[in-house]
Amino acid sequence: MIAIESLCKSYDGTPVLDGVDLILPQGGVTAVIGPNGAGKSTLLSVMGRMIRADAGRVTLDGRDLATAPGSEVARRLAVLRQDNQPSARLTVQDLVTFGRYPHSHGRTTAQDRVHVARAIAYLGLGDLADRFLDELSGGQRQRAFIAMVLAQDTDVILLDEPLNNLDMRHAVGIMALLRDAARDLGKTILVVLHDINMAAAYCDRIVVMQDGRLIHHGPPEEIMTDALLSRVYATPVTVHRVAGRLVALY
Amino acid sequence: MSTPVTLWTAMAVLVLSCISLCIGAGTFDLQALWTDGWHASEVEVLLVSRLPRTLALILAGAGLAITGLILQILVRNRFVEPSTVGTTESASLGVLLVVLLAPGMPVVGRMLVAATFALAGTGLFLLILRTVPLRSVLMVPLVGIVLSGVIGAVTTFLAFRFDLLQSIGAWTMGDFSVVLRGRYELLWIVLAAVAMAYAMADRLTVAGMGHDFATNLGLNHRSVMTLGLVIVAIVSAAVVVTVGTIPFLGLVVPNVVSLALGDNMRRSLPVVVLGGAALVLVCDIMGRIVIHPYEIPIGTTMGVLGSALFLWLLLRGRSRVA
Repeated sequence: MIAIESLCKSYDGTPVLDGVDLILPQGGVTAVIGPNGAGKSTLLSVMGRMIRADAGRVTLDGRDLATAPGSEVARRLAVLRQDNQPSARLTVQDLVTFGRYPHSHGRTTAQDRVHVARAIAYLGLGDLADRFLDELSGGQRQRAFIAMVLAQDTDVILLDEPLNNLDMRHAVGIMALLRDAARDLGKTILVVLHDINMAAAYCDRIVVMQDGRLIHHGPPEEIMTDALLSRVYATPVTVHRVAGRLVALY
Repeated sequence: MSTPVTLWTAMAVLVLSCISLCIGAGTFDLQALWTDGWHASEVEVLLVSRLPRTLALILAGAGLAITGLILQILVRNRFVEPSTVGTTESASLGVLLVVLLAPGMPVVGRMLVAATFALAGTGLFLLILRTVPLRSVLMVPLVGIVLSGVIGAVTTFLAFRFDLLQSIGAWTMGDFSVVLRGRYELLWIVLAAVAMAYAMADRLTVAGMGHDFATNLGLNHRSVMTLGLVIVAIVSAAVVVTVGTIPFLGLVVPNVVSLALGDNMRRSLPVVVLGGAALVLVCDIMGRIVIHPYEIPIGTTMGVLGSALFLWLLLRGRSRVA
């Protein structure tokens, strides 16, 4: 279980996170939605220990993530940020193998190789395994980074806009993969999404953020309403039920 | 894929070393060594002059190549090496101050002072990088070259005031002709540095993917950076103190290897180390035969060969190198 307790973060006096409280039970996919600048990415960065919070804390099964040993946390929580511009020329295989680093510390075991091969296969990267990241398209690269996070095989996975650059097929494939991982393997997944229809279709819960605050939290049926979405996005939005699914039109 | 490349580079280093042992101003005849045995004057030449020189070349080449590699990985920029970020210039300043203030200091102490200065200079470079908005990949080496220029100017001014300009010439222009037994042994520290870099190859590679990437994998980015920069500072200082600086080497070798093998240091490091040694041997051999029996300093031959290689790199894979 992940507990976020009154998390605050500001840049130059402007609050980006303004007292965020949230409890994520083990298992399930939770989407974070909200307009630009709502603090979604900052929330994930603080949870992923990349940014220090000004106040508040994040705990995983009672342990404060900011003070727990880094290598220990890395075996339990993985985070993928937006904009993954590889600065080093690594092959897809190398990158995904680095996902095992918290477990192997460089000495790759047979078990590590199984995890790596499985992650590469899940994301359909088999043919690209020996290619360098800088020789791939944006979408292929994004899939390689997701494969790395999967190979890390953590209980908690945080993803910041993982569907960026992905075509329909791969976007749907990844959302289905996340849903299955949560359902079958009990993973706790928090994913920032721009596409609210994706969030409604694949996630168990949706968290809505606005101006650094968490303003709503509930199952898709509760969140997908004309009034709420129109207000949050400051744009007329209507929600319809199409073929049994909630779809927002805007 | 990398093992045959490593093997080939190792063979090249071996062959070049043999050539390097066989040429020079003094008469040196392998046949005499064979017929006269252990008492031949050839043995003396070999042990006092030729072997130390060849070993110094190999160690300095390998050392400068890994400092370039580590800096490029850690700074996340392809265009940096110790002499373009102020490391070498700071080391030279350190040496100058030792000569001025404590001329009797043994060579190890001299190197440690130089290494401390090198570390401080590189740290200053990283500090400046943090405050300057970097809109282009070329900004990083430009900032470094400006800083190197400033530190170099301080060194030159001090040397000018104390009439030491001649001496700084000696350690800013790499020269192996003065290497004799007893004057290069400090360079063995390079071997330790290579071993250390290889031991932490995975950590360095992960750190090279950036702070967030490293943090996610549970690595303390700052401590890996610090350790990497300490290796760079010590090796740069050891090379400056013993043979002087050699331009382009740290830039060209890691870039060529990166193009062929990528940046996973576990794989690329052995080839970078051997490639650096091979390139230095080639440049030194060239410098020794062009105007035989006189010599051209290696700084000059490397300047010619290295800049040609570097231009080729720039023009060839523009998008990739950046």
